[in-house]
Amino acid sequence: MTEKPNLDYIKEISGGNEEFEKKFLTIIQTEFPKEKNEYVENLEQDNFEESAKIVHKIKHKLGILGLNSGYKLAVKYEEDLKYGDTKLKDEFYEILKSIEEFILKIA
Amino acid sequence: MRCIIVDDEASARAIVEELCKTIPDMELVAEFPNALEALKFIKHTQVDLIFLDIHMPKLSGIDFIETVSNPPKIVLTTSDKDFAIEAYQYEFIVDYLVKPISSERFQKCASKLENTFGEISQEQTEINTVQNEDEDLYINIDRRLIKLKFKDILLIEAKGDYIEIQTQIKRYRVHSTLKKIKEKLPECRFLQIHRSFIINFTQIIDIQDNSVLIERSVIPISRSNRPELMQRLNLL
Repeated sequence: MTEKPNLDYIKEISGGNEEFEKKFLTIIQTEFPKEKNEYVENLEQDNFEESAKIVHKIKHKLGILGLNSGYKLAVKYEEDLKYGDTKLKDEFYEILKSIEEFILKIA
Repeated sequence: MRCIIVDDEASARAIVEELCKTIPDMELVAEFPNALEALKFIKHTQVDLIFLDIHMPKLSGIDFIETVSNPPKIVLTTSDKDFAIEAYQYEFIVDYLVKPISSERFQKCASKLENTFGEISQEQTEINTVQNEDEDLYINIDRRLIKLKFKDILLIEAKGDYIEIQTQIKRYRVHSTLKKIKEKLPECRFLQIHRSFIINFTQIIDIQDNSVLIERSVIPISRSNRPELMQRLNLL
């Protein structure tokens, strides 16, 4: 996975409003780790339906952070999880890690 | 335009909130992380528009829609493209935004809202002026007279010796002609756009090339009727 998270979308929405950008990043920094933990816990318990729901939420953030290939993978993974298929979990986890690192970097 | 945002993701609410600032006359009165709280709120507070997420725990956006009686206008916001067809079966749904929502797409939504709310205020004026006119039509089916409200009729189609009246919930087959029913319909609402079709033009969703979309029906517009239709529309 070569693509990296970026803030292009946030900047487009903000139209240069730095206050919004800061507020938004704070929200992502709070929201994303919770969702990631929730996802990992549910997956560990083979609770695939719930995992799919969290992947659904996370995929929105992939779009926000410009991870277009990651977003496509999440769409597929969400569907697979509904059938208990976890073959994309490692690739998805790599994406989650890249977001985590990005969030730490911008903190 | 008083609006609320309902979405379980704080980040999604923040984006819609920021985008709403670009619409003049849009007043964000509240935002909710779940549909239940929103449900309580709109029971006692007047709201014109809801930006509503579909996938939410406990009560989904679709459950919310099914629960509210006489809902305000709704713009659905979702990461799921698959609900679009289902969503448009509800007449109060103005738009369907797939997340992440781009500024450009949101501006298109803003135009739709402007048209919708413009039509509402125009329609209210028309209704006030025609208050004393008949608002119902009785049709004879199997020796039973059935009352139809004009506002509920979507379109009427000629089918040989019969006409079919399509309402939001049912299709009625009546032994009559388009010419006869046309005389009974208020001009402020109905227009013949083809030799086989009269439409309730307040129910138009969109117009493309030579056809109009009303609910899920695509109706052809004949060349001779097109100018009158265009004249009746509140075009920007």
